[in-house]
Amino acid sequence: MPINNSPSGTIFAIKRYALHDGPDLRVTVFLQGCPLSCRWCHNPESLHSSPLMLTVPGKCVGCGECVPACPQGALFPGSGGMVRDQEACIACGLCAEVCPALAHECVGMKRSVEDVMVEIKKEIPFFAEGSGGVTFSGGEPLAQPDYLEALLRACGDLDLHRAVDTSGFATPGTITRIARHTDLFLYDIKHMDPAAHRRATGVDNALILSNLRLLANSGARIGLRLPLIPGINDDQENIRATGLFAASLPDTQTIDVLPYHASARGKYAKLGLTYPGDDIPPSETGDVEKAVNILQDCGLTVRIGG
Amino acid sequence: MNQRIEHLREESFAAEPSISIERALLETAFYRENFGKHSLPVLRALVFKDQCEKKAIYLGDGELIVGERGPAPKCVPTFPELTCHSASDLRVLATRPMTRYHVSEDDIATYEREVIPYWTGRSMRDRVFSHIPDEWRAAYEAGLFTEFMEQRAPGHTALDGTIYEMGMLDFKNRIAERLSRLDYLNDPLASDRAEQLRAMDIACDAAVIFAERHANLAWEKAKAEPDQTRKSELMRIVEVCRRVPAEAPRDFWEALQMYWFVHLGTITELNGWDAMTPGHLDQHLAPFYEKGLADGTLTREAAKELLCCLWIKVNNHPAPPKVGVTAKESGTYNDFTNINLGGLRRDGSDGVSELSYLILEVVDELKLLQPQTSVHISQKTPDRFLKAAARVIRQGYGYPSIFNTDAVVMEQMRVGKTVEDAREGGCSGCIETGAFGKEAYILTGYLNVPKVLELALNDGHDQLTGQQIGPRTGDASAFSSFEDLYNAFTLQLDWVVDLKVRVNNYIERMYATHSPAPFLSTVIHDCIEKGRDYYDGGPRYNTNYIQCCGIGTVTDSLSAIKTHVFDAGTVSMHKLTQALQSNFEGSEALRLKLWNKTPFFGNDDDRADDIMRRVYDSLFTAIDGRPNTKGTGYHLNMLSTTCHVYFGKMLGASANGRLAHLPESDGTSPSHGADKNGPTAVVKSLSKMDQIKSGGTLLNQRFLPDVLKTDQDLDKLTQLVRTYFRLGGHHIQFNVVDTATLRQAQTSPDEHRNLLVRVAGYSDYFVDLDLDHQEEIIRRTEQETA
Repeated sequence: MPINNSPSGTIFAIKRYALHDGPDLRVTVFLQGCPLSCRWCHNPESLHSSPLMLTVPGKCVGCGECVPACPQGALFPGSGGMVRDQEACIACGLCAEVCPALAHECVGMKRSVEDVMVEIKKEIPFFAEGSGGVTFSGGEPLAQPDYLEALLRACGDLDLHRAVDTSGFATPGTITRIARHTDLFLYDIKHMDPAAHRRATGVDNALILSNLRLLANSGARIGLRLPLIPGINDDQENIRATGLFAASLPDTQTIDVLPYHASARGKYAKLGLTYPGDDIPPSETGDVEKAVNILQDCGLTVRIGG
Repeated sequence: MNQRIEHLREESFAAEPSISIERALLETAFYRENFGKHSLPVLRALVFKDQCEKKAIYLGDGELIVGERGPAPKCVPTFPELTCHSASDLRVLATRPMTRYHVSEDDIATYEREVIPYWTGRSMRDRVFSHIPDEWRAAYEAGLFTEFMEQRAPGHTALDGTIYEMGMLDFKNRIAERLSRLDYLNDPLASDRAEQLRAMDIACDAAVIFAERHANLAWEKAKAEPDQTRKSELMRIVEVCRRVPAEAPRDFWEALQMYWFVHLGTITELNGWDAMTPGHLDQHLAPFYEKGLADGTLTREAAKELLCCLWIKVNNHPAPPKVGVTAKESGTYNDFTNINLGGLRRDGSDGVSELSYLILEVVDELKLLQPQTSVHISQKTPDRFLKAAARVIRQGYGYPSIFNTDAVVMEQMRVGKTVEDAREGGCSGCIETGAFGKEAYILTGYLNVPKVLELALNDGHDQLTGQQIGPRTGDASAFSSFEDLYNAFTLQLDWVVDLKVRVNNYIERMYATHSPAPFLSTVIHDCIEKGRDYYDGGPRYNTNYIQCCGIGTVTDSLSAIKTHVFDAGTVSMHKLTQALQSNFEGSEALRLKLWNKTPFFGNDDDRADDIMRRVYDSLFTAIDGRPNTKGTGYHLNMLSTTCHVYFGKMLGASANGRLAHLPESDGTSPSHGADKNGPTAVVKSLSKMDQIKSGGTLLNQRFLPDVLKTDQDLDKLTQLVRTYFRLGGHHIQFNVVDTATLRQAQTSPDEHRNLLVRVAGYSDYFVDLDLDHQEEIIRRTEQETA
């Protein structure tokens, strides 16, 4: 369900004390929905663009409270707990509300800008000690541009530092509009080769790279990020191409190398999905160091993690 | 770490704690001969002097700072005048699985023959328990509170800078001057004061004699020493021990030895809680350090070596053995010497110096069980210092802990201390606030607040012992509103605080009368000026703390009842109390509902945090300002040490879904696993407690090592701490260890002998904790981040 011109949007989490989503202490709002389908995606919750209800295996204690609570009659007892008729389910969340065992979970929730701001405001005291603030991530936050803009404006009204963590896959008009309310973009470069990019993420990289140049030329502050995925984008050729492209941008001197780890596997299992990155080995320290060296040779300041 | 320090450290680490009966034998003989001949203060001073003259003294190879309380490192005396261990107590101590103390069968036989017959019925513990009302005893046995003074003397004190400016001879002059001013015509207490002052004078002599004996021993050793370097070190020890504590120290070495002799004096005289602490050691030593560097008599390395020697000395002194409930509330070898670094100077300037950083280096390299180190952070403290401390914290020993100086100063000014005295104060023991060198701030015992709620839910009837111990406050099933329940809770609370205070005041007078501490009194202002003992209102300030445990558990339980019984009406009170009584047998869905569907403390959720504030206010109202016997009063303290595990054992299932006998929440931390929104939410919830009205709170946080890997991670940690302190937090401490490591330590303890973890206001070896405490630490929420 597209959400346009509405103060509400779909998010799947608000994480306080987020340490890796921009400078200093941050609160990160994860917006749901993403046009990409990266094989190593760490937030598979975001792949659905609308809320979804899940029943977690093994948690049900058989109290039956959810059955009468469901207005759709979508739940009925099965052998290993409740079974959900996903066709009938309207993801209203009432089953999760009554379940004592946390066996039903909402993936994604509609939240008004005001509701999200209530949570963000709780974290404001922590921003005063550094340059912390709010990060909008996802999913792809630019996929809900009106909602994102409204959130960014509301944060701007409170003088909060605003970061947007994006794949860059959006129309130039959208990204320019969002840039007016953004203090820092955390911008991924996933692959320099268009075909390889398509294979890994399902979309072409031309728009992503041209948007990046557009932002950089307009003077936006950008923190580049290279998720280093073994066997996918960690060959020397691609890293060098990434480094040279980054170095060609005006005023961009830093890039964070994000080593790959398979910690999202559990989330896929919970969602009943197969982890598409099962064949990806973990990053080797030596490979990360090699990548860092190549990027440094291109004249960039490189950090590991970020 | 040089070879000497490595050797001394290894020796200290390897020594098995053991019991020495020497002190008890000397003391018993002295009492047999002299009891009744002198006033009690003078008798106690003479006992102390007798120990200083006769006890075996020790000077180990390579030592620079000298003196042991017992005959050798980790050899601990007993204090039968306070608690006389029975033969079976001693056997338990020698064989129990944890915190064991070696004692030989021969010594037990001697103890049985010489010591036990004299002290039976005469020890403070026997005397106290013989006068205790049944009502108190029933509540005590039900685990409603503990009593600190039943086997160790009140203490928790720390020193200010006076001993670096005045030696024992100066104290003697001050005592003589005060004696000369006594007004026997108009002051009815003049004779009492005279006895007290004479006792202090004798105690000063005793300390000098003790040092002289070390000088003589060093001289003997020097004469026989073939190695010229060691010989000259021994000659220097002779010189130092002839100078201090008789006169004020002149240099860094003498200053450290001065402190150590005073420390030993206070812990030999009596067995006070929390041994002794130098307070702001970096501030006290900074002038000596700077002078030594400037005039070329000291180097940074030499200063570091001497500091290491002092640190090892403290580590050589395990707490005297505890038994019974006291062993449960404080089951550790650690004797809580807590050295404060940083903070503010008396004049309000920043207390951090290069020496503060040097001491952090010492702490980091030695990795000892004792002493504890804490850093004190004011708005004036440079970030560099907090970050240097964070680098040590990252190593995962659980120290240094971090205190908010600005809050600690405000807490003290609220209760009427001058701003200068407040700045010179700090935190000793675990997190207890006091004016160093000027205050007796006495912990009187822990209060089991969730148990108070349990009484309110059961009409004052104890679920564990089956007895009616509290007042009848009504059948909970008949409560028609949350206010009815809360009212019953406050009635039970007022009753228990009354009972606790009544008996504490009685015990307090017992100490003032029967167990004065003239040596300790000498070094604490204004005991000389008042001519009164440390235990008798002599100090400038006199505070009693009641430490309230389980704020997380009680808040969450009240929140659960409010939410489900009264607001939603989905659970009846009758059903709930029945489920609690049966430990949720057959009511797992209800238990999960309470646990999963209730707003809990620690999530920055006002629905729960407002209840916490209300409980805290009730505790404050019940305790704060209650008169003690010294003309001042009781204050609130929010510490649990290891008592939340004992109190949990004495508590049935609770309404937050906690099963019977599991630990309660610790300190002021949220219930284990109840905080689900990360450390910033925890800090926000805690900041809603008006901590300035307490004498200390304790917040444990457990971080995964991954969260503190980089320099930027340390910046983020310091931002978290700074924010908490700006919001009024008193204290925070971190365990940086993952669950896998702790589990490995349980299965192969030998390979993890050195794994230090934060327990309460102190660190302990993980493998030395009993299983309950190990599990409790594992259950603490891991603050991680994806």
